[in-house]
Amino acid sequence: MSDGHGKSRREFLKNMAVGAVAAKVGLLAAMEAGASESAEGKSTVVIARDEQLYGTSAKPEASRVEKLLDRAMQTFYRSDDPVTPWKKLVRPGEVVGLKVNTIGGPGLSTHIVLVEAICERLQQAGVKANNIVVWDRTNRELDRVGYKITNTGNGVRTVGTDSKEVEYEETASEFGVVKTRLSKLLTRTCDCMINVPLPKDHDLAGVTMALKNMYGVNHNPQDLHENNCCPYIADLNMIPAIKNKFRLVIADAMMACYQGGPMFSPEYTWKYNAVMVASDPVAIDRTAWQIIEKKRAEQGMKPLAEVGRPAKYLAVAADAQHRLGTDDPKRIRLIEV
Amino acid sequence: MMKKREMAWRVVGSVAFAAVLLASASCKKNSGPPNHGFPEGSEVNGWVRTGEIRTFAAEQLSDYIDGDAEKYLQAGVKSTSTADYKAKDQTQVVADIYAMSSATGAQKIFESEPAGTAKNAGVGEASRLFKQSLTFRKGEYLVRIVAYQEAPQLEQEMVELGRAIERKLAH
Repeated sequence: MSDGHGKSRREFLKNMAVGAVAAKVGLLAAMEAGASESAEGKSTVVIARDEQLYGTSAKPEASRVEKLLDRAMQTFYRSDDPVTPWKKLVRPGEVVGLKVNTIGGPGLSTHIVLVEAICERLQQAGVKANNIVVWDRTNRELDRVGYKITNTGNGVRTVGTDSKEVEYEETASEFGVVKTRLSKLLTRTCDCMINVPLPKDHDLAGVTMALKNMYGVNHNPQDLHENNCCPYIADLNMIPAIKNKFRLVIADAMMACYQGGPMFSPEYTWKYNAVMVASDPVAIDRTAWQIIEKKRAEQGMKPLAEVGRPAKYLAVAADAQHRLGTDDPKRIRLIEV
Repeated sequence: MMKKREMAWRVVGSVAFAAVLLASASCKKNSGPPNHGFPEGSEVNGWVRTGEIRTFAAEQLSDYIDGDAEKYLQAGVKSTSTADYKAKDQTQVVADIYAMSSATGAQKIFESEPAGTAKNAGVGEASRLFKQSLTFRKGEYLVRIVAYQEAPQLEQEMVELGRAIERKLAH
């Protein structure tokens, strides 16, 4: 019997069982990391903003970015000091991966200054510098944005999966309709992952942020774009190595894009001046979607659904088969600081 | 003895055939616009190309613009070439040339995008000039020039670069 995607019912049910176990493990990790999940079962999304982030410069000011990050993390973890949240998030001895997003080139990628601030706080929380791995698909994309590629020595490592010493797993992982080989940086090098995406319009998915950023950890993202990337995005995020190692989303919303994404379209990019934090990737993506829709409306553009790009993967990611988080606005506790 | 000679010829023949196939595949993989369309040195005032020209065949386009590749594939892209340029004032841009299978494909992409507040730059057969980007189509080519930051003379500089690319594509 087929599930409609060429897989047997037995295979599908087996994957569902694996997914259910993974979901429990992932939920525990999220609860441990996300101390601010409220008692009424809501997912917390923090948006910390600083309208003076850029001053008169084209680049955000480093000292302001650090303060913005601290404000977001301290709010999320309800902490009075800037280091405690990181001690709740990671443990010394763990290898921590920072999955950035650099496909948009220098104009629309995860800012280095934010990544440096995260690395600084992780080290203050006891993580050794060379146990921090900043990574994305390719060395070229990282290099183009200005990240210095280095995978040796005592400092923070920055490396693309296409490096000869990394590459993708030989064996495919699968869930639902997705069958893919994952980056060895995720499966072998890192104990946990902090997702550091940015909010962008997406030509096919509608919106790309945390969940879609995982298209940078597998070998065949080009095969996962049909039907507005649905259910591909949700299924990909259910693969145990992704789901279980995920700890937190720290979104670089200093710049955002409301049309023409995922590549850099300067005419549709604006300074949102924010850092967003959540342990629920669906809730933070839904929030990003609303931010993008609001900006589109302000600019006189139609909603994404009306131009054939509904972000329908969010509902699937939240459904009973996935339970990656909530897309219900009543269950999202939005804190703006 | 005959068998050995015959075998040797067969090996030589197979190697030669494989070489022809590889050369053919390689040409297809790297096929881009004539001369890549990217001006060099004195061909454009004020701009210097930095780094190499990279060309992606249609099937490789997702390596360059994953997620954005689909719309070009649906419009019949054959190859995409890209190069970075730097202006005298250090402003950096990326120039992308999409070679489509027909002018209709270039037109389809161009017209699918909102014009917004864009000005007509008078480059190619149709163009849109924003503060930080210039897009135009010329025959089967769609060209995008995107700057990473604003600069005082940027619009005019992008137009000059665009015109230089247009001249190269015409040859």
